[in-house]
Amino acid sequence: MTFEWIQIAYAALTLFIVINYGLIMTAVVRKIGARVGGRYGIPVWQNYIDLVKNFALRSKISHGVMFYLGPVFRLTGGIGLLLFVPTIYGSVMFQNFSFAGDLILALYFIFFGTLGMALGAGESGHPLAAIGVSRGLAQVTAAELPLALAVFAISLQYQTLNITEIVAAQQGSIFNWTLFTNPVATVAAMFAFVGTMMRSPFDVVIAPQEIPIGPPTEYHSAYLALMQTNRVLFPVAKVVIYMNLFFGGATNWAEFSIKVFSIYMVSVLIGVVHPRFRVEQSIRFFLKWGLPVGVLAILMV
Amino acid sequence: MKDVDKSFRKDTETEIPLREELQPRTVTAPDGQKIEIDPLQDYFCQEPPKVHKQSYLKIVEDFYNWARANSLWILGFGTGCGAIEMRPLMTPRFDAYRYGIQWRPTPRQANLLVISGYLSVKTLKRAIRAYEQMPSPKYVMGLGSCTINGGMYWDSYNTIKKLDEYLPVDLYIAGCMPRPEALLAGFMELKKKIRKGEGEGANKYAENFDWYKANQKSVIKDWDMPDYNW
Amino acid sequence: MMRDLYDHMKTRYRLGDLTEQRANLAFVDVAQDELRALLVELRDVHGFTHLVLLTAVDWIEEGRFQLTYMVNNRTANLTLGLRVYLDRKSPVGNTIHDLWPTAATYQRELREMFGISFPGSPRVDEEFILEGWTDMPPYRRDFDTLAYSQQTYAERGGRETHDPRDHMQKKLYPEGRP
Repeated sequence: MTFEWIQIAYAALTLFIVINYGLIMTAVVRKIGARVGGRYGIPVWQNYIDLVKNFALRSKISHGVMFYLGPVFRLTGGIGLLLFVPTIYGSVMFQNFSFAGDLILALYFIFFGTLGMALGAGESGHPLAAIGVSRGLAQVTAAELPLALAVFAISLQYQTLNITEIVAAQQGSIFNWTLFTNPVATVAAMFAFVGTMMRSPFDVVIAPQEIPIGPPTEYHSAYLALMQTNRVLFPVAKVVIYMNLFFGGATNWAEFSIKVFSIYMVSVLIGVVHPRFRVEQSIRFFLKWGLPVGVLAILMV
Repeated sequence: MKDVDKSFRKDTETEIPLREELQPRTVTAPDGQKIEIDPLQDYFCQEPPKVHKQSYLKIVEDFYNWARANSLWILGFGTGCGAIEMRPLMTPRFDAYRYGIQWRPTPRQANLLVISGYLSVKTLKRAIRAYEQMPSPKYVMGLGSCTINGGMYWDSYNTIKKLDEYLPVDLYIAGCMPRPEALLAGFMELKKKIRKGEGEGANKYAENFDWYKANQKSVIKDWDMPDYNW
Repeated sequence: MMRDLYDHMKTRYRLGDLTEQRANLAFVDVAQDELRALLVELRDVHGFTHLVLLTAVDWIEEGRFQLTYMVNNRTANLTLGLRVYLDRKSPVGNTIHDLWPTAATYQRELREMFGISFPGSPRVDEEFILEGWTDMPPYRRDFDTLAYSQQTYAERGGRETHDPRDHMQKKLYPEGRP
């Protein structure tokens, strides 16, 4: 893959579109939740106002260098995840920096933000942040196992580690999607998906009522704004990976937005009907149900 | 007041000793070195709060104020019976979310502290800590007659009677207790104040810092925290 | 039922008169040195297993505190209040935290609010509700809570109080009482 300078501008454009899409989509999801509950709900542009407000706050308190770097690392995880994955298949502009082994890098970036957050939250010195981070790392580790197995399964299936080639193999018909060619791997990966989306039943990490929102307890103003940006960017980037690996990718922005929204709604729908797991319950759940399905996926290929 | 009792005099002599873990002490390190520790000086930041200037351009400040007004994050900290009147605001009937009002679980992320009802001396200490940890600009709303003049706790030995002696209050909502509708009206009124640029309670607090601290320390006798909780 | 129990206990303990409020609620005066033996017997023999409350009354005119131990027999639905009198000048109660662990909390409260000491009760001298309280215990009747509040807390002017009796008299008979 050759590198050209214009790609940087294209990547920035991708980032801009995805952040705006994420801001509006999360607000729409909350709005839908409110409407289902009989409320009017927040305005769809509420996320923008919150962002501006948080950047506009006047006093900022630092707890050290790592405290600064926590949100930066987290945002890097989100941006990196997005930039090394082809967002729109077949488009020169939104191909981004995808290369031969990008699947491995993407797996790494999913974890990167959590690790950065762990360091930052540890520096903040708040005991509840430390509790939240240790829960988060334990749960994410357990949840990533089925995903890793599923990724092995499909890289065996397609004999490649390049996401672009995996997407290319799924084009043509809806029945070429990994969802239909390798349903077991898809199911295993969806375990990991709901587990890392920070939604109920796997949101004990931030549990607002119990440990006041866990890792970000001490974060405020611009730090919090960075994390909010990441909170809208990271799920979309993660959904893009899933979309590319299992749901045939997207060839234009309309298809992109519909698919991302539908996949995102999977975790939302599971979230609204399930109560919250405790950490040891969720880890046990992933090891008991997610892991065997992942192993099965590899065996079947 | 006409019914002042002259014969009873409160005890003003007795001092509360500092808590044991906060007293200055000398610690011997494993290598024999002696270390002087004064926890209140060493463990906490002693800096007083600063007055924050507004943006240079009025239009920028107006834009910021608009954003602040439309994204009020309330600290979920209920001090009295009024906390029960805040919960219905999340329900379909009142639904405060549609005005950009949200509840945040930590003071670091909140902009509005609602003192919801009577404030005992013990709770006042926590409320001050929570208020000082919030990022500026921050707003305080006093709920109910207890925060205005003591309300039905006007003769209580343990509740304060005038909130604006201790914290810079932007807005009072009268009633005992005010209904959720009154609260919503209060939020709208606060929004108007912020849009006009009058929500400068944090700067007022920083300017009159010594006066507020003297008032706070006159009722909180076991002051065991730094003067400003960063 | 309650009367039978009283007559039964009366033979071995120095008890005051039985005050029967209802068929299943009665109060009786007890000597302080016999309180513990009585409570143990009520709990273990007669089935009064539940300590409903332990509270105090300040009889300032008689110069004594009254402690009320209310115990309940859940199977027979009987509630019995035992009243013990302490000297107001040096009030020292007998701790019963080993009979009912909850009593330790009541005793901490009584220590703080009335200044009644319970030697041996766990953490009884620590602060319970009040923080940094320097004055006399606030539930004693010679503590003037209004005067204390006026001398301590800032007030906002313009507060008016209306005594309901005076207010209605003025409203009904503007020219004075007929």
